Amino acid sequence: MNKITNNKAWFLVLPVFFIVAISAIIPLMTVVNYSVQDIFDPQTRFFVGTEWFEQVLADRRLHDALIRQIVYTMSVLFIEVPLGIAVALTLPRNGWGVSASMVLLALPLLIPWNVVGTIWQIFGRADIGLGGYVINLMGIDYNYAQNPMDAWLTVLVMDVWHWTSLIVLLCYAGLRSIPDAYYQAAKIDGASRWAVFRFIQLPKMQSVLVIGVLLRFMDSFMIYTEPFVLTGGGPGNATTFLSQFLTRMAVGQFDLGPAAAFSLVYFLIILLVCWVFYTVVMNAGKQGEQ
Amino acid sequence: MTLTLENITKTMGGETHIDDVSMTLEPGSFNVLLGRTLAGKTTLMRIMAGLEPPTTGRILVDNVDVTGQAVQKRNVAMVYQQFINYPSMNVFDNIASPLKLQGVDKSEIEKRVRSTAELMHIEHLLDRLPQELSGGQQQRTAMARAMVKDCKLLLLDEPLVNLDYKLREELREEIPNLLAERDTIVVYATTEPMEALLLGGKCAVMHEGRMTQFGPTTEVYHNPAWVETGLIFSDPPINLVEADVRDGAIFMKSGHQVPLTGHLANLANGNYTLGIRANHLSVDPTGDNTIAMQGQVELAEITGSETFVHVHFNDVSWVIQEEGVHNPRLGEATQFYVDPTRLFAFDASGQLVAAPPVEISNGKAA
Repeated sequence: MNKITNNKAWFLVLPVFFIVAISAIIPLMTVVNYSVQDIFDPQTRFFVGTEWFEQVLADRRLHDALIRQIVYTMSVLFIEVPLGIAVALTLPRNGWGVSASMVLLALPLLIPWNVVGTIWQIFGRADIGLGGYVINLMGIDYNYAQNPMDAWLTVLVMDVWHWTSLIVLLCYAGLRSIPDAYYQAAKIDGASRWAVFRFIQLPKMQSVLVIGVLLRFMDSFMIYTEPFVLTGGGPGNATTFLSQFLTRMAVGQFDLGPAAAFSLVYFLIILLVCWVFYTVVMNAGKQGEQ
Repeated sequence: MTLTLENITKTMGGETHIDDVSMTLEPGSFNVLLGRTLAGKTTLMRIMAGLEPPTTGRILVDNVDVTGQAVQKRNVAMVYQQFINYPSMNVFDNIASPLKLQGVDKSEIEKRVRSTAELMHIEHLLDRLPQELSGGQQQRTAMARAMVKDCKLLLLDEPLVNLDYKLREELREEIPNLLAERDTIVVYATTEPMEALLLGGKCAVMHEGRMTQFGPTTEVYHNPAWVETGLIFSDPPINLVEADVRDGAIFMKSGHQVPLTGHLANLANGNYTLGIRANHLSVDPTGDNTIAMQGQVELAEITGSETFVHVHFNDVSWVIQEEGVHNPRLGEATQFYVDPTRLFAFDASGQLVAAPPVEISNGKAA
C-alpha cells in the first residue's frame, strides 16, 4: 500500500462519534431492541423476530391513519408552497414596508405549537370563539368538536396560518438574491410577467424551495401537538394522524413492541420520501427541461 | 438608425447622476464610454436603452422623439458585467429566447441561433445549462443572446470585467470584428483606457455624470480636452505639475525649467498645469533636450515586462513607466528625464491649450 495511513486521525473523529452515539444511535438501537422482542419485565423477554412489524403493517387503523396523514401533508404542501411564493412575490423590495412585513410574518413562527393549538381551539369555538361564532353567524354550521371535516379543516388552517410564513421568508430571501440585471435583461427581451417568474424567479428560488418543502413535509408529517390540543385526535379518528396513533399505542396502551416497530416504519417513510424528493428535484435541476 | 441624446439629465434622490449630456451616435458606429466607476456610464446606458426615463432632456431615434417609450419597443440589447442568462434554460433556448418572444418561426430560430453560436464559438455547448459553463462561455452565451436578434442598439456594460485576463484579451479582439459588418450602434462601457484604445471607434469620456469629451478614440487620447480627461484616459493617470509661463520659459513648481519651443511656443504668460504620460518619462536620458529631474523612489511595481516606478518630489507624485525589469531601492534618490516635446499644457481652468504632435514611428502612434 502506497497510501500513508495515520491511525491517530481516528481520535479526532471520536468526540463526534461519541455525541452522535448518545444522541441518535443508542436511542435508535433501544427502539430496535423493543421492536424485535416481547418484553414483560427485565427478566422475562422473548425474541419475536418480525412479528410486531407484521402486526403493525397489517393494522387497518394504522392504514387509515397513514392515508389521513398523507392527505393532510399533501394539502399542507399544496396550500403553503404556492401561497408562500405568491406572498413573497408581493412583498415590498425596499422601504419601511420590508421591516414591517418581516416582523408580521415572523410572528406566527415565534408561537409555540401548543399555544397555536390553544389559540385556535378558543378562536374556533362556536359559543365564545370569534372565528367560530362569525362562521356560524354566516349560516355555516361549523363545530370542530362534532364534525370530523370541520376538525380536519381547522387543523389544516392552523398549520397554514402557523407555517406559511416560513415559506414566504425563504422565498423572499431567494428573490432578494436575484441581481437587478436579470429583470432588466428580461425587460429588454420583452418577457412577460409570467415568463419572468417561470424562467428567472422560480429557478433562482429552487434551492430555498427544496429546503422549504422538505421542512414542511417532515414537520407536517410528524404533526402532533395541534390536533392533540384541539380535539385529542377526534372527533372519532378524524384528526388522528400517525404520531397521535403512535402515542396512543405506546403511552396509552403500553404496547411497546408494536409501537417500536411502528416508530421504525414511520422513520423510514420520512427518510425515504425526503431522499426521493431531494434526489428527483436536484436531478431535475441538473438536466433542465428539454 | 441614429441615436441622439439631447441635454439628458438624471437626478435621483437629489443627487445628479447624469449632468446635461448631449451626443449623437451614428448608424453602425462603435462607441466607447470611458470613465471611472460611478461616472454615470451605466445610468447613461440605461437611459439609452429606455430602462429609465431621463429627468430632463430628449432621446431621438432618427429624429423621432422616443423619450418615454418602453424598452420592449426600442429594439435594443444589453450585456452586463454579471453573466445574465436564464438559469433553467440551456444555451440554445437562452439564445433563442428573444427570437421566441418576437414570434420568429422555428426553422428561422434554429438557423439564426446556430450561426450566432458559431460566431461566438459556443456551438458545441448548446445543450448545456448556464451553470455548467465557465465564466467566459456564460458571457459568450449572454452576448450571443444580445446579438441574435439583430437589434439596432447594442449596449455592452463592462462585459469583460469579470473574465480572466486571457479570455478578456481574446474577446476584446473579437468584439469589434463581430460587429463590424452590422449597422448596429454599439456602446461599450469600460473603465480601462487600454481597452478603449484597443477597441477603437469613438470614445466618450465620462466624469462625475458629465461627458467631458466625445470624438474618435485615438484623437481623444492624443488631445484630452481637459485635465480630467487626461487623468481618466491614461493608465497610470497622467502625471501633472503646476507651472508658470513668464520671461520666455516655463517654470515648474518643482523648480525645473522648460524652454518655450515646439508645440509649447505659443503659450502666453500665466498659470498652467503640465501633464506628461508615464511612458514619456524615463530613467535614462532619451534625447538631447530631455530635462533631468530628481525624486525619491516610493514604490516600484514590476508587471513582468514593464516597471512602474513611483517617484516623489516637491509634494508631487509621478509614475514612470519603464521597459524591462528595474529594481530601484525604495527611498533612494533617483534621476529621471522628461521629454519636453511630450508635454501637455492645460490652462488654469483645466482646458487643453497645447498637445504634443502625434508622433508616427514605425507606423504606430506613440
